[in-house]
Amino acid sequence: MVAETRIITKFLHERPDDSWTIDAALGNGAYDGLRKALGMTPEDIVAEVTTSGLRGRGGAGFGTGQKWSFLPKDVFPRYLAVNGDEGEPSTFKDHMLVERDPHQIIEGVIITSYAIQCHRAFIYLRGEFGLGAERLGQAIAEAYDKGFIGTNILGSGFDLEIVLHRGAGCYIAGDETGLLSSLEGERAMPRIKPPFPAVQGVYAAPTIVNNIETMSTVPHIINRGGEWYASMGVNRSTGTRIFSVSGNVEQPGNYEVELGMTFRELIYDLAGGIKDGKGLGFFIPGGASSPWLIEEHLDAPLDMDSVQSELKTMLGSGAIMVYDDTVDPVLVAWRIAKFFAHESCGKCTPCREGSGWLEKVLYRMSHGYGRPEDLDLILGFGNNLAPGLSWPPGMTTICQLGPSTMSPAVSLRNYWYDEIKARMTRDAEARGEIPVRSGTDPAVHAAAVEAAV
Amino acid sequence: MPFTPANLETARETIARYPVKKSAVLPLLHLAQDQDGYVTPEAIEEIADLLDLTPALVLGACSFYTMFKREPIGKLLVSVCTNVSCLVNGGPELLEHLQRRYAADADVTVEEVECIAACDLAPVLQVNYEFHGPITGESAENLVDDYKAGRRVARTISGSPVRSS
Repeated sequence: MVAETRIITKFLHERPDDSWTIDAALGNGAYDGLRKALGMTPEDIVAEVTTSGLRGRGGAGFGTGQKWSFLPKDVFPRYLAVNGDEGEPSTFKDHMLVERDPHQIIEGVIITSYAIQCHRAFIYLRGEFGLGAERLGQAIAEAYDKGFIGTNILGSGFDLEIVLHRGAGCYIAGDETGLLSSLEGERAMPRIKPPFPAVQGVYAAPTIVNNIETMSTVPHIINRGGEWYASMGVNRSTGTRIFSVSGNVEQPGNYEVELGMTFRELIYDLAGGIKDGKGLGFFIPGGASSPWLIEEHLDAPLDMDSVQSELKTMLGSGAIMVYDDTVDPVLVAWRIAKFFAHESCGKCTPCREGSGWLEKVLYRMSHGYGRPEDLDLILGFGNNLAPGLSWPPGMTTICQLGPSTMSPAVSLRNYWYDEIKARMTRDAEARGEIPVRSGTDPAVHAAAVEAAV
Repeated sequence: MPFTPANLETARETIARYPVKKSAVLPLLHLAQDQDGYVTPEAIEEIADLLDLTPALVLGACSFYTMFKREPIGKLLVSVCTNVSCLVNGGPELLEHLQRRYAADADVTVEEVECIAACDLAPVLQVNYEFHGPITGESAENLVDDYKAGRRVARTISGSPVRSS
């Protein structure tokens, strides 16, 4: 029997009516990990988290302990910026954690701040989370009252201020450098790396950016040890992760499972399978940025590395979107393109221009106005956005948003190239159009497409 | 209008939380929007003044973020998601229904938004940043009407809780 392995979601399921209150949280042993951590040296905490193999749960999957160890020695002040700007389409795990277990996040933030020796931590929370801001704000106030935050925390001599910072509606503020720009009061435009945030982050000071789910996991690693955490999972994907499953499934929701479970177990056994007894069309394994998968990939394990190396996509933010076999993949591709076109910050030309054109062409393709050459057209100019049209993609932009815009189009090519071409030809013929584009030498165009596909 | 004395006090406290004043741009824009219902040109000037920035810089940040409205809107902001999970669960139909229903209602502004991180509730909408879902046309109307009639207490236009004072 396939089941969830609830570690960071155990308590919020046990106490659905008051898990966010300080009394309930303390009754469950909240801040015990903090007490233990304050008795350890910062170096020991970094080592423990490194041992656990915990990797960032925001999307990139970088080793958390390793990231912390990149801080330059003896450079102060330094900061912690917690990324709660959950915006990757179909991801809704941090939303749940913020609303239903804010004290777990705060405990993780305090332990992390102590480990990296910073005295001010920012929690950047997505602006649209009204209730989340209320509950997290309340929880921070309670933690100050109890002496978990502030000066001389629990008599340890360690001081920390936590600032809750609300965003204001912007996907790219969830990129770690975009978040830093936004936190500084600017447009949330990503910055070129290097310098990496650990060297020059907010206010040009060393800054660690960690995701909400990552922070929620830290207290458990301190309480039960890095070895314990590393004993779960598969290969370099240790521990558990929350997967947000949605779309055409019977029971959409957040499922915390040990890594290594298969997509099939997650989608069919936990999320109840496809709604209304329909067949599976395709699924998107790691948020809208990731290339899609189909039926034949269902038995692949949820392993961050093999999903990337073998399936040429990513587990990303842990959001799995499932579509039944009646859904038009071109329509979904268009909707994702529309999202990226809306959210492109405009800093890098390939993304600013490319995302808009991609949306326009996919719009006509999905609404009966497609042309036979359209798929080749978007793959052609898309090769300037995601060079190689594979995964991980090449980059022509500062952040990942640029190449991510092409994931849906690449997926259309991977699974339905001939089918879509035939459909576009039928559509064009039905309109009485001659399927030739003016202004382009067909031979030159065909050669460019050949090179890209 | 300028910040009320109480809000000015809040603004000063907010600024003091950051090592660099400029970081308070977003929080102060939220505060101004909560006070006036949208971000007025005067608010941009005042925030720039408080933070020692140029108004252009504050406006530049303000216009980048979708939650900040620079023209008057209704007291209730209904944000309907049509992104990938809502797309296949009736989001676009819900949006169209509510847009038609409230087209002539000055109190209610209906907008299409990108994924609001509640896909398990698809199709989902927010009324002043309070989540509701899964929800369809008619029950959504009832919900909005409940807010209008005060049978439900709405958050502020920027999503903050309404303080009972």
